[in-house]
Amino acid sequence: MTSPPDHGSRAALRLERVQLAVAGRTLFAPLSAVVQPGACLTVMGPSGCGKSSLLAYLAGTLDAAFSASGRVAIGDAALDGLAPERRRLGLLFQDDLLFPHLSVGGNLAFALPASVRPAQERRRRIDAVLARAGLAGFAARDPATLSGGQRARVALLRTLMAEPRALLLDEPFSRLDADLRADVRRFVFEHAREHGLPTLLVTHDAADAEAAGGEVLRLDDPRGDDAQG
Amino acid sequence: MDDAHRRRMEPTHHALKVPAGLALAPALTLAAFLLPVVAGVAGTLLPAFGWLPALGGHTLGLEPWLELRSAPGFATAWWTSVATGWTATLLSVVLAVAVVASVHHRPWAVRLGEWMAPLLAMPHAALAIGFAFLVLPSGWLARLVSPGLSGWALPPDVSTVGHASGWPLVAALLLKEVPYLVLMILGALGQVPARAQVLQARSMGYGAAQAWLAVVLPQVLAQIRLPVLAVLAFSLSVVDVALVLGPAHPPTLAVQAVRWFSDPDTRWVFPASAAAALLLATVAASAVGWMAIERALHAGVRRWARRGTRRDWVSKVAGVIAVIATVLAALALLAIASLALWSIATQWRWPDAWPVGWTLAHWQRQATQLAGPALATLVIGAASTLIALALVLACLEHEAQRGRSMGSRALWLLYVPLLVPQVAFLFGLQVLLVRLGADGRWPAVVWAHLVFVLPYLFVSLADPWRAFDARYARTALSLGASRWRVFWRVKLPILLRPVLLAAAVAFAVSVGLYVPTLFAGAGRVATLTTEAVTLSAGADRRVIGVWAFVQAVMPLLVYALAAGVPRWLHHSRRGWAT
Repeated sequence: MTSPPDHGSRAALRLERVQLAVAGRTLFAPLSAVVQPGACLTVMGPSGCGKSSLLAYLAGTLDAAFSASGRVAIGDAALDGLAPERRRLGLLFQDDLLFPHLSVGGNLAFALPASVRPAQERRRRIDAVLARAGLAGFAARDPATLSGGQRARVALLRTLMAEPRALLLDEPFSRLDADLRADVRRFVFEHAREHGLPTLLVTHDAADAEAAGGEVLRLDDPRGDDAQG
Repeated sequence: MDDAHRRRMEPTHHALKVPAGLALAPALTLAAFLLPVVAGVAGTLLPAFGWLPALGGHTLGLEPWLELRSAPGFATAWWTSVATGWTATLLSVVLAVAVVASVHHRPWAVRLGEWMAPLLAMPHAALAIGFAFLVLPSGWLARLVSPGLSGWALPPDVSTVGHASGWPLVAALLLKEVPYLVLMILGALGQVPARAQVLQARSMGYGAAQAWLAVVLPQVLAQIRLPVLAVLAFSLSVVDVALVLGPAHPPTLAVQAVRWFSDPDTRWVFPASAAAALLLATVAASAVGWMAIERALHAGVRRWARRGTRRDWVSKVAGVIAVIATVLAALALLAIASLALWSIATQWRWPDAWPVGWTLAHWQRQATQLAGPALATLVIGAASTLIALALVLACLEHEAQRGRSMGSRALWLLYVPLLVPQVAFLFGLQVLLVRLGADGRWPAVVWAHLVFVLPYLFVSLADPWRAFDARYARTALSLGASRWRVFWRVKLPILLRPVLLAAAVAFAVSVGLYVPTLFAGAGRVATLTTEAVTLSAGADRRVIGVWAFVQAVMPLLVYALAAGVPRWLHHSRRGWAT
């Protein structure tokens, strides 16, 4: 992953007439979009508009209370019906969710494909990725001793380690202090572009959308009584 | 105390003085269940080294140990205890972990605890007797496949119940311990952002079971340490299940110790005490062993995680093991059903799958004998549960009003009665009771039950009680209600459901107790449990069926009552969901 990623193999994330409903009520009008490799689509809307459910639907973890229609694909490969572990989508949430029982390096090694061998090569890759992110020598650290900004970085590095085909970001900056937020935002979007990953960001923060620099989509309430921004 | 800590404690703090009566509650509770254990262990250790003046032991020495060593079958008995105890514990842990790893991501997993409640309420003895009815060579399982599938014209000439390896004992222990550990693991999951972490791992390409094992299990292991140790201690020293299903010549060491303790020749008390002390040492060494296994598991999982191998077979293996656990649960239900069938069978001839006819004659004939022990079981269970409830509620209220919950060390204290083998302190307690002139009476039995009922009640009730939103209480106080009134009119009604369910658990624990009833009652207080175990040694299966079925059903009825009463009382209150 230290070598420039091969953008030729990247494919766009396609959503075709995706719609979610809960208890017979549709959450938003049918949604169609194509997110090109390296591009970012920002989905905005008030809390409860279904943007997190949309992400759960894409990740394959939508609660059984919801029903979904439409199609999702990466390039020509359909994702519908695949188990979460078969979708190869990188997820980033509000919480960094670093595994507390593993070191920083252990967290990254967990994500790194097993095909990278032997152990020395795995360690070398992890050290190199950390060094490039300004976290040289952090492999042996306990995640609990890291600052918020450092944890956010490690979380993204871990997600990228697993070689995802697209990135799904669920308000990943909302828990960070204001002065850190710009920094981590830049870090995340630079990496997404550099890896040529189609990225879907859901947020209620306009500054996030601005930093993402791509298309912005507002989820409309199908009943049209969308009040708060 | 740092600022953050102080702030965290504030919400429950009422800035009022804790009433003196309440302040005594923790000490009183500790004394109620720890004193008997400590005094009992001392009263067992002394005769183990020859000291028991009442029975002529005036010199300290190793004589009882030498007698124990030369007792026929001692080595086999000890080995059987160790082998069955460890096998049952390790299998229980593996099965419980596999069940949770396989089903944690299913929407219905949260209801698993409720479904298992009937199994948890089932007394060991009834389950063991029902299990014997299933697996005996002439048991229901053999009848279901004979002669058609098996070709057995006669019951096969094999030994099942009482097999020297102790496998029926291990299997019956699993029936109770797997659901218990599953429940404990599910409870521990509340402390970990397990769902999100598993999702994170799955998005990296790990199957649901492997994700859970690699990511959640290491965080849960430390939290289920005490429950696992309780299972280990229980399995190594169980008496009632081993009496019904375990090997006979020689039996397990715990059974042997109880036999010697009850021998009319009181000289056997000395080697019996040595055997009880040896069991205590075995449990202690085994606890250290489990903690070493726990550490090795941690290291192993970490190494596994670093390698990054995604294995599809992990989910399949976990799934297969979970299916085995489901089969065990089905066997438990069959076991209880077989008790019911035998109790109403006119004749049930080999190899018929079903009795020839049905009758209530056995019930009518047993009714008069049943009444006394059934009433005793009910009264002892109700008394120990009510006393324990009063003490636990006082402790929890004291904690809430002081604004500080007890530490992890206090949790260890709570588990002491479950970690010390019953035979290792109940004889000592009996000696004490004899000196006080209290043995063989109901108060003594209630106290002995309290020792076990208290910890279970506390563990069941502590979490819901601590989760109570203190603002309700503060609102009521600000409306001018006294604290006493707030407790009775606000807190208790809101928490009625968890209180009743915890009381039902406690009652079930009391109904199931065999050794404590036997020793504190000096063999003169008969409960359903003591009678059922005694009958299982040779009575007619139809008679045993009646007794064991009543024993199995009593805690279930109480549990159903506890679940139903709040629903009935508050059926018109939708927001009342505790």
